[in-house]
Amino acid sequence: MATLELSLDETEATPARRRRRLGMLFWCAIGWMVLVFAVAIFADLLPLPSPTDMDMLERRAPFSAEHWLGTDGLGRDELSRLIYGARISLIVGLCAPMIGVTIGGALGMLAGYFRGRFESFVVGSMDVLLAFPPLILALAVTAYLGQSIFNLTCILGVLGIPAFMRVARAATLTLARREFVIAAQALGATHARILLRELLPNVLLPLIAFFLLGVAVTIVVEGSLSFLGLGVPPPISSWGSMIGEGRESLDVAPRLAFIPAIAMFLTVLSFNLIGDTMRALTDPRQGAL
Amino acid sequence: MSGALLSVENAVVDLPTPRGNLRAVDHVDLTVGAGKTLGIVGESGCGKTMLSRAVLQLLPKKAKLSGRVMFDGQDLTTLPAEKLRKLRGRSLAVVFQDPMTSLNPVLTIGTQLIETIQEHLELDLAQARQRSIELLTAVGIPAPEQRLTQYPHQLSGGMRQRVAIAVALSCEPKLLIADEPTTALDVTIQAQILDLLAREQQRRHMAMIIITHDLGVVAGRTDEVAVMYAGRVVERAPTPALFKQMRMPYTEALLAALPKLDVPPHTPLPAISGRPPDPTRPLKGCSFSPRCRYSAGRCSTEKPRLSPAETLEHLYACFHPIAAGGRA
Amino acid sequence: MMLQAASNPLMKVENLVVEYSVGGKTIHAVSDVSLEIARGETLGLVGESGCGKSTLGRAVLQLRQAVSGKVLFDGHDLTSLKGEALRKMRRRVQLIFQDPIASLNPRRRIGDIVAEPLVIAGVKDPEERWRRVSEVLSAVGLDPALVSGRLPHEFSGGQCQRICIARSLVLNPEFVICDEPVSALDVSIRAQILNLLEEMKARYGLTLLFIAHDLAVVKAVSDRVAVMYLGRLCEVGPSEQLFARPAHPYTALLIEAIPVPDPDVRPTTSVPVGEPPSPIAPPSGCRFRTRCPRADARCASEVPELRVVAPGQFAACHHPLI
Repeated sequence: MATLELSLDETEATPARRRRRLGMLFWCAIGWMVLVFAVAIFADLLPLPSPTDMDMLERRAPFSAEHWLGTDGLGRDELSRLIYGARISLIVGLCAPMIGVTIGGALGMLAGYFRGRFESFVVGSMDVLLAFPPLILALAVTAYLGQSIFNLTCILGVLGIPAFMRVARAATLTLARREFVIAAQALGATHARILLRELLPNVLLPLIAFFLLGVAVTIVVEGSLSFLGLGVPPPISSWGSMIGEGRESLDVAPRLAFIPAIAMFLTVLSFNLIGDTMRALTDPRQGAL
Repeated sequence: MSGALLSVENAVVDLPTPRGNLRAVDHVDLTVGAGKTLGIVGESGCGKTMLSRAVLQLLPKKAKLSGRVMFDGQDLTTLPAEKLRKLRGRSLAVVFQDPMTSLNPVLTIGTQLIETIQEHLELDLAQARQRSIELLTAVGIPAPEQRLTQYPHQLSGGMRQRVAIAVALSCEPKLLIADEPTTALDVTIQAQILDLLAREQQRRHMAMIIITHDLGVVAGRTDEVAVMYAGRVVERAPTPALFKQMRMPYTEALLAALPKLDVPPHTPLPAISGRPPDPTRPLKGCSFSPRCRYSAGRCSTEKPRLSPAETLEHLYACFHPIAAGGRA
Repeated sequence: MMLQAASNPLMKVENLVVEYSVGGKTIHAVSDVSLEIARGETLGLVGESGCGKSTLGRAVLQLRQAVSGKVLFDGHDLTSLKGEALRKMRRRVQLIFQDPIASLNPRRRIGDIVAEPLVIAGVKDPEERWRRVSEVLSAVGLDPALVSGRLPHEFSGGQCQRICIARSLVLNPEFVICDEPVSALDVSIRAQILNLLEEMKARYGLTLLFIAHDLAVVKAVSDRVAVMYLGRLCEVGPSEQLFARPAHPYTALLIEAIPVPDPDVRPTTSVPVGEPPSPIAPPSGCRFRTRCPRADARCASEVPELRVVAPGQFAACHHPLI
């Protein structure tokens, strides 16, 4: 027997796990995320005043024990609107990229795997979609279908498809040339099996990292649309619409615009940080192995 | 050796990794005389590339080097960055394994050659251009004037390596380090490139270090060979002496494991069992002892020193060397 | 022109032509190649990079579409098979790649990777699969219990190649194509893998097509050797005979260019300067003529046919060395 490599050394039984220092910032981002998600999910259970109850006597009230963050121009509790607004921002921010990642990811993988005419068609139609001014599209759709959270999510989701398609296609293109995919073909695996078992697990990580960045972008875009009055219909609050409403009283009570802006800033920053860290964690492994 | 052009003294290179400290080069001493050729042979991960980087002072930022690297009377480890930069390219040149990565893909070959020449030698554009053409002719590139306007990707792998050699030779270096110069090339091209290197080395009387994993590459083309294993030089000898009588079992096993043309097909190869040790977990004894068939007694508890055999030039690090005169 | 290997060859390639286009230009990767491989034989296929040897290997497996020609495996023409029939036939033919690390999916565990062929082949019983997986893993010298739960990046190149070999053997194939299986490995590991391949060949009764650029490696494992240059076969013959008395000048050049680990053998300087021409526009006539010291006018005008130069040895040359 010429082969003497019957077992691995016992000392190697515990391979060095990638123990990378994630850093304080990453954990702060995680902490903020947990807080935002917790209050958004449990908003109904928290002892908060209704976010839509107006109190015309206490318009633009300062911070107090009753209204921790004061009230807005219509006397509604700012903290409560902020928390319910977080709900909207997160629902839209998570659901829209979900649409993008599913449709775009699937299209990108198929395009990168099958190449040929299908790829040209997909890439071409994505270019068309990208060339369409997003605000005009949003305007047109809301004018036609009406303002609602669902419509808003769908528009933002569709707008995200090209980017996800590109990420998935790029990853698939490089992976499809790797020998393990050819090996699976040589074994007689079906296309579906190769796509799901060999390619998907490898494409998924870059997609998830990009998804987190997509969430951040969507929250900002949703904010911009709401700021312009194209987002969620009043009286529902979202961070964008709160900033928009706060604009009217910037000189009297700038906090009404700044508090939701800070909340949005921190959330977007956190998503970006987590997304970047995840990409850094997954990238080198792809190449170096 | 007195009058050595390059001498590496007690060089140690440590690389911090997530798995712990990796000792890439472990107490290495080497000398290369002017006009001589040294071959450094070893498998991947044995530290031969890190050693060459240490000589060039091009180690990764995180790496720590201790020991001395004396080149032409100067200690490179203490030389200021600006002087070092002038030295590299001028008297100290290097050819890498993959010419595609060592040549800039967006600049023409002419630009790269002429810039290198003008940076180190005081020549005007016309002179530098003339010299580039001479160099390309010298490295065997047909139609050199047309090549000057071409980009690296328009050339084949062998041609690119010739260009890389031309760039390295452009300023008449005193020492050329060729790091696996032919590994990425086909056999027929490999032979051409090795011949080219040998010819230019003799013509220019420069010293050369050839780093390779192939004992066949160093056999006919070097004056001295150093065999590295797990960061250490385990055997060092003048080339004829080494091939006549290998003392270190690793060197012998490495040679024996090569498939040979004069052996009938289906002859089992005397393979070296196991694999090199994990460089982040150094062994207490001889690094080769777990794979060595002569290993016994203190091999696993004590590191053998690199010490001379009967002749002072032949050094090996082994407690149970293969007996002189006959193979065990 | 038939290259008689045996009366009943397992694999027979007839006038295979493979061309593909890159950036609008047609690459003539394999031009009119015919080969036979007898059951239980190892055929070595050597040539420099870009000579089409890997493309030939993949075209045999129908991973590359052939322009014309036939690939007969055990009497069935693989080029005419489609879909399920082709997938079934592929299970009897396996492929081992040059880069063992890249040919393992980095996100799947070794146990799953080696069991994958069985899953695809429809072996439903997990115990039966595990029995087969642990058998082949032990056969290639790895401890099944230790390795099957791990990911490919925890292994060295040599170990990954063992895993690849195990995967290719798990379906009990008859024919294995080894595409440069050791060229990415270190010398000391290379010998282990070559020995392992020989061992596996004997144990599982395999027929091998062994593709490599290193003549010494090819000689160590092959019964017969075929030499390829720019998409065409130059020479085919029994290994020992071919290396002792090459008939084609290109074979001779390849043998001469191998660095010999012996300082007394002075490296030859007779290797002609020049590189293989591009497979986009191969030279007319004999494709080697641009580098050949014996080339004349006839070589430029007439494509040399493979013909017998010695018993069992064929060369495609107008001016053979023997």
